[in-house]
Amino acid sequence: MEEGAIREPWRAVARHRLRGDRLLGPLMLAPAILYIVALVGFPLLLAIYLSFSNATTGSQTLNYVGLTNFARALDSTIFRAALTNTFVFTLVSEILVIVLGNVLALTLQQKFRGRPVVRFLILMPWAAPFALGAIGWKWMFDSLYSVVNWMLRAIHILGPHDFPQWLGVTKLAMAAIITVHVWRMLPFSAIVILAGLSAIPQEVLDAAAVDGASFPQRFWHILVPMLLPITTVAVLFGTVFTFTDLSLVYILTAGGPFNSTHVLSSWAFQVGIIAGDLAQGAAIALFLLPVLLVVAIGMLRTASRAEAGV
Amino acid sequence: MSRTFSKAIGRSGLYLSIAGFTFFAAFPFAWMAITVFKRILDLYNIHNNPFLFNLPPTMENIRLLFGETLFTRWLANTAFVGAFVVLITLLAAVPAGYSLARLARGWGQKFGIGIFLTYLVPPSLLFIPLARVVSALHLQDRFWALILVYPSFTIPFCTWLLMGFFKSVPAELEEAAMVDGCSRLGALRRIVLPISIAGLLTVVIFAFTLSIQEFVYALTFISPSAQKTVSVGVPTDLIRGDVYYWGALMAGALVATIPVAFLYSLFLDRFISGLTAGAFR
Repeated sequence: MEEGAIREPWRAVARHRLRGDRLLGPLMLAPAILYIVALVGFPLLLAIYLSFSNATTGSQTLNYVGLTNFARALDSTIFRAALTNTFVFTLVSEILVIVLGNVLALTLQQKFRGRPVVRFLILMPWAAPFALGAIGWKWMFDSLYSVVNWMLRAIHILGPHDFPQWLGVTKLAMAAIITVHVWRMLPFSAIVILAGLSAIPQEVLDAAAVDGASFPQRFWHILVPMLLPITTVAVLFGTVFTFTDLSLVYILTAGGPFNSTHVLSSWAFQVGIIAGDLAQGAAIALFLLPVLLVVAIGMLRTASRAEAGV
Repeated sequence: MSRTFSKAIGRSGLYLSIAGFTFFAAFPFAWMAITVFKRILDLYNIHNNPFLFNLPPTMENIRLLFGETLFTRWLANTAFVGAFVVLITLLAAVPAGYSLARLARGWGQKFGIGIFLTYLVPPSLLFIPLARVVSALHLQDRFWALILVYPSFTIPFCTWLLMGFFKSVPAELEEAAMVDGCSRLGALRRIVLPISIAGLLTVVIFAFTLSIQEFVYALTFISPSAQKTVSVGVPTDLIRGDVYYWGALMAGALVATIPVAFLYSLFLDRFISGLTAGAFR
């Protein structure tokens, strides 16, 4: 009886609050939702709308032109090269980032002297504004004074009169772009994987060691399966960041030599903004959408699997 | 014997790995720092060892950067844009995060993931239509365009982070305050926000550093030098014709990089746990 008397005011308050909350909840959510709808949702639809039009930066009028923009995009050899480059760039750098990211995560998990300093230095490429890091690399790949070439000459990998043009030859330029991207993304995936590593209870590994499992056995049968979900997450985010990146190619090569190193985003920027053909640029950028949808679905599936506790 | 041997191998492998990764990550910054203090004649001589000061070090590049370029203006623009973006982000994300954590029954989690997923819509997909929007609003070539657009990626992420923070505050604290006559919003202001100060600080740092790092929108919307932010001004404007002022360029890049990298890495673990929670929960 006494307990009920104490509870009564709680209940009345709760009932009253519940009614108020039903209104307050959506009201407090509204500004964020409106912002996202206005500046993410609406532009996304506008991109699709523009890609079916003949919009340019100068004109105010729009006409419906059907699939012309997509057909013109596919007709261009530069576009087809950009499409190939985007996939090669994403695939190669993601493989390197994930393999090296796992090694780096296992390294950073160990205890050693000076670890906080090492950690800070290793995180720098991801924490720094990337456009500024990329301009440093552009200087490192300079046609004459490249410090990379100087070091390669110093250790006799290159002959004394070799001056490879990192940003001037298509294949080398792609290699340079991938190197710089791996440099930037490596800390990110290592930290994501490290977060997953520290969630593996040390007892499990110890118990396996006590039961006589060798290191390779422990690695393949315990570490790898336990790291798989978190590595998937790192791959999904890495794919979004890599597949859609514009700044790196823009700064390092601007698509050159002869538009041979463009990726979809940089080509969309070149056509849509610099040349002013908004409609064509929007159509080119929309080729990014299918892969992004696959990633979003992958993300939701890991989310629901985690919810189910698997 | 063999055990200590394999342990020694493991240890030297570890140090080799540490050395390799640290070199790869830090070398570009070290080379940038050396470049800043080199004289032009020292820098542009292929016979010199680039790591030695063959001529005495100089402050000329730094003087050039601060004295003869718009660098300080870009820093000011960046700080101004960042401050406004933080303000708008807090105004939208704090109530939204609280609403999803406490007031939404059932639909909160799904809505939260929905908002989080919008963070994955990349600038590459949006910069062309947004260029149209920005010019329709007559914000072209003014950094106000960035203040308008940047919250579109800071709000989703910060709402998600704050939702997590608010969920970790025990609900009993607010209920007790409300029994004592506080309104819901009063309890949020007097009880929840003071407890969540770490979360709010994280959000402030992220909104600020993400807007300093942004490149694509700033490149697309703004052409006049005086309106640029630092991460676009340095790579696009310190080039006259085909001449790169490498010393000044590197100085500008480092001056802007070091504080941002420091702040960001302090909060990086929170950022990562927010991201992975988004993918897992």
